[in-house]
Amino acid sequence: MLDPGILFAGVLNGLLAGGVYVLVAVGLTLIYGVLHIINFAHGSLLMLAMYAVFFLWRLTGMDPYAALPIVIGGAFAFGYILYRLVIGRLSYGRDENILLITLGVSIVIDNVALLIFGGDTQTIETPYASSFVELGAALLPLPKIISFAASLLLCIVLGLFLARSDTGKAIRAVARERQGARLVGIDVDNIFALSYGIGIACLGAAACLLMPTYYVTPSSGHAFVLVAFTIVVLGGMGSFAGAAVGGLVIGVIESLGGLLLGEQLGQIGISAVFILILLLKPSGLFGARQ
Amino acid sequence: MLEVSGITKSFGGLKAVDSASLDVQAGEIVALIGPNGAGKTTLFAILAGFHQPDAGRIVFDGRDIAGLPPHQICAAGMVRTFQITQPFARITVRENIMVGAYLRIDDRSKARDRAEAVAAQVGMAAQLDRLGADLTVAGRKRLELARALATGPRLLLLDEVMAGLNPTEITEIVEVIRAIRASGVTILLIEHVMQAVTSLADRAYVLNQGRMIAEGTLAEIASNPAVVEAYLGHGAAEVMRA
Amino acid sequence: MTRLALLLTLAFAAAIALPLVAPGYLVDVGMLVFFLAFIGQSWNISGGFAGQTSFGHAVFFGTGAYTSTILQITFGWNPWLAWPAAMLAGAIVGWFIAVLSFRAGLRGSYFALITLAFAEAFRILANSLSFTHAGLGMLIKADPRPANFQFKDPIWFYYLALALCIVSLLIAWQLTCGRLGARLVAVRENEDAARALGIDVFAEKVKALSLAGAIAAAGGTFYAQKYLYIDPNIAFGVDKSIEMLLVTMVGGAGTIFGPLLGALALTGINEATRTLASIVPAFKNVQPLSLIVYGVMLILIVGRLPDGLARLFRRVDRHA
Repeated sequence: MLDPGILFAGVLNGLLAGGVYVLVAVGLTLIYGVLHIINFAHGSLLMLAMYAVFFLWRLTGMDPYAALPIVIGGAFAFGYILYRLVIGRLSYGRDENILLITLGVSIVIDNVALLIFGGDTQTIETPYASSFVELGAALLPLPKIISFAASLLLCIVLGLFLARSDTGKAIRAVARERQGARLVGIDVDNIFALSYGIGIACLGAAACLLMPTYYVTPSSGHAFVLVAFTIVVLGGMGSFAGAAVGGLVIGVIESLGGLLLGEQLGQIGISAVFILILLLKPSGLFGARQ
Repeated sequence: MLEVSGITKSFGGLKAVDSASLDVQAGEIVALIGPNGAGKTTLFAILAGFHQPDAGRIVFDGRDIAGLPPHQICAAGMVRTFQITQPFARITVRENIMVGAYLRIDDRSKARDRAEAVAAQVGMAAQLDRLGADLTVAGRKRLELARALATGPRLLLLDEVMAGLNPTEITEIVEVIRAIRASGVTILLIEHVMQAVTSLADRAYVLNQGRMIAEGTLAEIASNPAVVEAYLGHGAAEVMRA
Repeated sequence: MTRLALLLTLAFAAAIALPLVAPGYLVDVGMLVFFLAFIGQSWNISGGFAGQTSFGHAVFFGTGAYTSTILQITFGWNPWLAWPAAMLAGAIVGWFIAVLSFRAGLRGSYFALITLAFAEAFRILANSLSFTHAGLGMLIKADPRPANFQFKDPIWFYYLALALCIVSLLIAWQLTCGRLGARLVAVRENEDAARALGIDVFAEKVKALSLAGAIAAAGGTFYAQKYLYIDPNIAFGVDKSIEMLLVTMVGGAGTIFGPLLGALALTGINEATRTLASIVPAFKNVQPLSLIVYGVMLILIVGRLPDGLARLFRRVDRHA
């Protein structure tokens, strides 16, 4: 069938891509874990962040990795404000309603992007884009390796933040027991907004790490949203370990899917995994409750 | 009509119902009483098919129904109400009751007529056009009863239908339930309101921590020291023995 | 005659008369309104009446479009015969997705997302397989004769869309009057209570989705015959799913006229933005502008007016 060398390269490339998907999924699972919101706008917000990275590069020549602090900060602020003004104000009741609201947000963002940026795909060129690292039979693009390492680092930082800092502990408290947290004096509404902001900040980081090797177009949101949801459902809603494992697994599935089934049909791997998980084990690998 | 033997159900490590047995003869009103958390509602849920028992038999009208899904048990003639009321919030009382009526009635205007008749029976005629969400607790309890009644049951499982009612309302509902029995429906009810139990029940079972600890007429039960200790208290027991 | 009946009669008369007095452009717009109302009603049945929100309704629409087109082009069927076949295919897909999803106990948001995944999977398949002509899409040969389900004069598509819309309104009306509809609403409002009253919740949901599938599929065939071209994105794309959802949510889910009101609103907004674009040259690209407005409306309506526009017109009397 396929040359083992090619398969090996496929798996490695998949893992590298998956490493950045982990960041995307972590944001989504954090938002779900704390706010119990299924953030359908996640893909669209990632797209927006990727455009931000693109324009920073286009207008100031800033390297996407150097832009990390700026885009992360900006994404956090955007997410915080979006929550405060829109999502937080209108999210109550059945969770399909909240899903519909975030759908509405994604529709607005997608089309604002289309209106302002037009439909062309945009890419970034970096001097190291064509550098490769050899690992056995695999030729791995340098930017992908850098992105993978950066993503790993950021996940560890986020993990430490949640585990050690006061705010992080407050966030975990609210995620576990909302009323109780309120009773001990935690400003739950602020935590909600902060958590949403952090979730979007993860997207900002992911955008910086994706742009060196990907392209962006206003419809990128659609593709990413399904990937993000598949990872989170696979790993278990609200589980970080799940997001990490899920991200890597999906990265590999996506890569191997493309190798084995071709460019077009390969994409079906993600949808298929999503459907299978939902039908067989909706709580995911590490999930607690539905 | 209903023979329940040895029903056991555990959730996680907790035994909610432990080898419970009871029976109900046609035409009776039987009460199931006991302290909060004793497992009464769980037993009802098992009888009505919402949980599968780990062990035991449920025979209704000679038919083994353990393991059947709730809608089939309802169709067979055993219908439950919910302790925590479950109205259909965004439709009217009339439409709520019609859902029950539609079990055995196909035609819309016939179902509507039945719904209105049942509503009158339980004293809800004035509220037919109100939305389920707009009812008071008492109204919701009556709606539970009305909906179940509209399905044309042979055995009604009433779960704390009196909870939250004032004494006047209780007296009214007691009359309604008496009339329901008179019309040929057998009743098994969970109740904490002793006034209702003493007015209605022919016999009672006492459930404590998942186990049946007593059964018999009310006088017999009130004389049972275990029951008095676990649930009734000496004052109420005195009244019941009288 | 009641006020409502009078209003409906006038509206019907106006609708019939429109193509005879209005410019061709408006006739096309009118057709679009009725078409949207028709496919919106499909979403209304499963999402509005039965309460099963679906994010991937295009899976049914596309199934219909591709089924009738393939039967026509590859197997030489007459499109009028292919139409019921397409509806059947839509019903089967609806049945299939419902059985799988509801057996697995999926509800609410999880169900919404799995429908999205199914639509996406179908899109990818249509994009890759040869019998759907993959990414090239499928072209129906233009041969405008009524026997071919193609009309030279767009007025006939208008009347057909109007007829379909009326049929869908009648179906919705039947649902509000009959046992099936009452059961679907019970399922929507409270599944446990429904079960306790003898309703086979699983079976009812499957019925709803199968019916919705058939209707959306019928819309797919209509679309294919009108525009003579379909491709995976048109047929199964997220845009189509969102359109069906929006039209009903904005107009009022679970009401008879909701999808029609929504279609009027959305089409009206579309036309308004088109006019704006012709005045303000900066807005070259009209489509996204309309969608931005739709998105905002969806947010406002779900957040503030969950019953949609129909709430503004509704009186307590629901028993027509």
